[in-house]
Amino acid sequence: MPQYALSDYIQLLVSGVSIGSIYVLIALGFITIYNVTGVINLAQGEFVMLGAMLAVTLLGLGLPFIPAALVSVALVTCVGVITHRLTIQPARHAPEVSLIMITLGTAIAVRGLGLLFWGTIPYALPEFTPGAPLQIMGAVLSRQRIWIMGVALVVLIILYLFFEHTLLGKAVRACSINRGSAEVSGVDSSAMSHLSYGISAGMSAVAGIVIAPLTLVTYDMGLGLGLKGFIAAIMGGMVSAPAAVAGGLVLGVLESFTAGLLTSGIKDGVAFLALFVVLVGRTMNLSMRRRRS
Amino acid sequence: MDANTILEVQRVRHLFGGLVAVDDVSFRVYVNQCLSLIGPNGAGKTTLLNVIAGVLSPAAGQVLMEGKSLNGQPAHERARLGIGRTFQQALVFKDMSVLENVMVGCHLQGQTRLIDAALRLPRTRREEEDVYLEALRFLNFVGLGTKAEQMAANLPFGQQRLLAIARALASKPRVLLLDEPAAGLNRIEKSALVDLIRRLSDMSITTILVEHDMEVVMQLAEWIVVLDHGKRLAQGTPDDVRRNPAVIEAYLGTEVE
Amino acid sequence: MRMRVQISAIYARWRSNRNAVGIVLLALFIGTLPLWLGTPYALSTMIFIGIYSIVTIGLCLLMGFAGQISLGQSAFFALGAYGSAILSAHFDWSPWLAMVAAAIITGGIAAVIGAPIFRLRGHYLAMGTLAFGAIIHVIAVEWRTYTGGSSGLPGIPRLTLAGTPIRSDMSYYYLVWFFVLIALIIALNIVNSRFGRALRAIRDSQEAAASLGIDVSRYKLQTLVVSAIFASVAGSLYTHYMIFISPAAAELDLSIRLVLMAAVGGMASIWGAPFGTAGVMLLTLGLREIVPLVTRHGSGEYQIIAYGILLVAIMIFMPEGLIAGARKAWERSRSRDTGPVAWLWRRAQRGGQRIRVLGQRGQ
Repeated sequence: MPQYALSDYIQLLVSGVSIGSIYVLIALGFITIYNVTGVINLAQGEFVMLGAMLAVTLLGLGLPFIPAALVSVALVTCVGVITHRLTIQPARHAPEVSLIMITLGTAIAVRGLGLLFWGTIPYALPEFTPGAPLQIMGAVLSRQRIWIMGVALVVLIILYLFFEHTLLGKAVRACSINRGSAEVSGVDSSAMSHLSYGISAGMSAVAGIVIAPLTLVTYDMGLGLGLKGFIAAIMGGMVSAPAAVAGGLVLGVLESFTAGLLTSGIKDGVAFLALFVVLVGRTMNLSMRRRRS
Repeated sequence: MDANTILEVQRVRHLFGGLVAVDDVSFRVYVNQCLSLIGPNGAGKTTLLNVIAGVLSPAAGQVLMEGKSLNGQPAHERARLGIGRTFQQALVFKDMSVLENVMVGCHLQGQTRLIDAALRLPRTRREEEDVYLEALRFLNFVGLGTKAEQMAANLPFGQQRLLAIARALASKPRVLLLDEPAAGLNRIEKSALVDLIRRLSDMSITTILVEHDMEVVMQLAEWIVVLDHGKRLAQGTPDDVRRNPAVIEAYLGTEVE
Repeated sequence: MRMRVQISAIYARWRSNRNAVGIVLLALFIGTLPLWLGTPYALSTMIFIGIYSIVTIGLCLLMGFAGQISLGQSAFFALGAYGSAILSAHFDWSPWLAMVAAAIITGGIAAVIGAPIFRLRGHYLAMGTLAFGAIIHVIAVEWRTYTGGSSGLPGIPRLTLAGTPIRSDMSYYYLVWFFVLIALIIALNIVNSRFGRALRAIRDSQEAAASLGIDVSRYKLQTLVVSAIFASVAGSLYTHYMIFISPAAAELDLSIRLVLMAAVGGMASIWGAPFGTAGVMLLTLGLREIVPLVTRHGSGEYQIIAYGILLVAIMIFMPEGLIAGARKAWERSRSRDTGPVAWLWRRAQRGGQRIRVLGQRGQ
């Protein structure tokens, strides 16, 4: 058993939090769609991949970084809306199993298209502000990790302001609370569903762009990230945003510590074990509560 | 408890969230009796049926079958003990033929387990033929014999109701819970239904009937329990209940006749 | 009394005849196929179609009949494959014995995880099974001592017949399809029995099924075990054919491909399973030929685009599956009832006879 210094733990903690921030963004994407449409969008991770890939491509075309990132996010937002229009809207009365298959099929098709356009080669996105890593209490921290946490925080604040303080945001929330009565009071629930897909896809694209400098971009990066986001979302019970934030951070730290202190190969195993435990624990909790009432 | 009591509901209470759906309700049902549960919408009738059938577990109180508490017994165990039921929305198995629906009803009589089924042993085949005939018999009993091979979903609604009853009968219940069997039926179908339910007591089946249609209730019920807002408002013979001022009050605007 | 004999005999024959005829026809087709399509490529393709068909037949039982989604079926396939491989390669067990042991172990694991996992429904069940599959994949990669890690485990012995290893594709083809026929017969028997009716009842309404005395969770669990055993046997057949196994056998992509195969054939159609499997496999092969002609990237698994679009399209436009959907449409187009009672009834009416209805008291 090797000896670890305090700085090692800090190192693991900070990198866990930064990866966790990515999971948070993706988890919030899951929750936004789920609450408005009742669909768990298994294609969520593919939006992450598209965001990163498009940013890489636009940079390659000569666009400066900031416009490239913004255009990429805008494009992915459109892709989200189109996905909803083409795949979810026509099947909105289908049974749940069909909807699962539909989002799964979408995920595979998008991943395949990613493969077709970008091949299997990994791409790199430069760090937002290149430079020597920072030293904090003996831990070495790349600048990009700061960016990740900062951007995630900004997105969270924007999201909060949108849902709490704008009319449109309130309309979306009304749909998620009670679709029927929202419709009665003049909210176009179909438009809100489209919007929720758009917001959610855009958020995921942001996640893809900020994580890309750390991990390289591949056509199949969406699968794993999407699943991690889902785990974070489900830790928060699929409805509560603050709980999902906590879920994402806990998952990130958990992974980072397993990879750092044990071996990196089993960190995915730990994540899925966490999913399994959370899923099953959730139902036990529900049925216990039912028995008590 | 006297020997003629087959089912007893003892101070049952059920809550949905914070809302009291059934509040401290007690009554007993005697062997071969037809007892009717009536009350305005939202009085807790279906909830009470679900508690008796084991779909919901009560917050307090218990249901006794022949003196033994059913608390903690899941729905399928209660079916085994002789409690059958139909549902408000009929809930026939839509992807099956009419006959297969009733064959599912015969489930408890079957012995075939997974291994027998997979190998299709001779005794499995024999059992299958027996179940087939048994099911046909129950279909004929409710008058659907000629529809045996139609898809259940294609039956008119009234006949789906009858099918649900045949299916429940096939599980050989001693107590049958009927949840609004007459809703949505026309006059002719209703009188056929009344006839059918009358014949059940010949087969020594005790019935608990939840029904809005007072005409049907008055023709069938030997004892009536009136619920209102989850509480037992009154109970008695049809004549008692008809004259009870509290009942007339609760039904203000609807005719009790 | 004469009527009783007549109806039940007709019934029994009618129910099993259609399936028996189908089995015989399929057996004839399988038996004679190598005579006119005996290229090595076609044979090995048919072997894979057969292996995956066994999994999809089990998946149809689970998804189409018990109504429980599984995105982790490749886990059971991999458990069978690795179980067989490890026992025969590391411990020198006879491959046949290894295969049986792997099936028993896999069935046992299914029984253990089934209890917690079937507390979940819908999306959560989908993700729970997916997580199970992912965990098995991680174990296959990480438990290097026995699994060989991500580079796989070579040198697995072949299955033997009367002491001699089965080397030729032709023999293996017949062996695999023998298993497919057995799997089909077992699944059809299950579906057309008390057990299968209970499953279909559960799929339609768990509440109504329970009210008739059906122990819903027990039936779901037993079906999971059956489908796991099917997948395990298929995995063993795969591993002893390839004489090599790698974690690819446990990948999510395989689970998804299996679900797609079942969906193409029709979830609720046992007969659809082998056809759906063949359809998806042939589509894959076809695309592998066509795609490189269209795009500049020479290699890559582009067929997954088609998988995805196909899955979405089927779920939106033909949720019953291509094969089962077509059959149902055809049956619906014939307005008359089929079946022995309707047939007797019509015959009696034509002849002006009165039918004494069974089941009236004193029959």
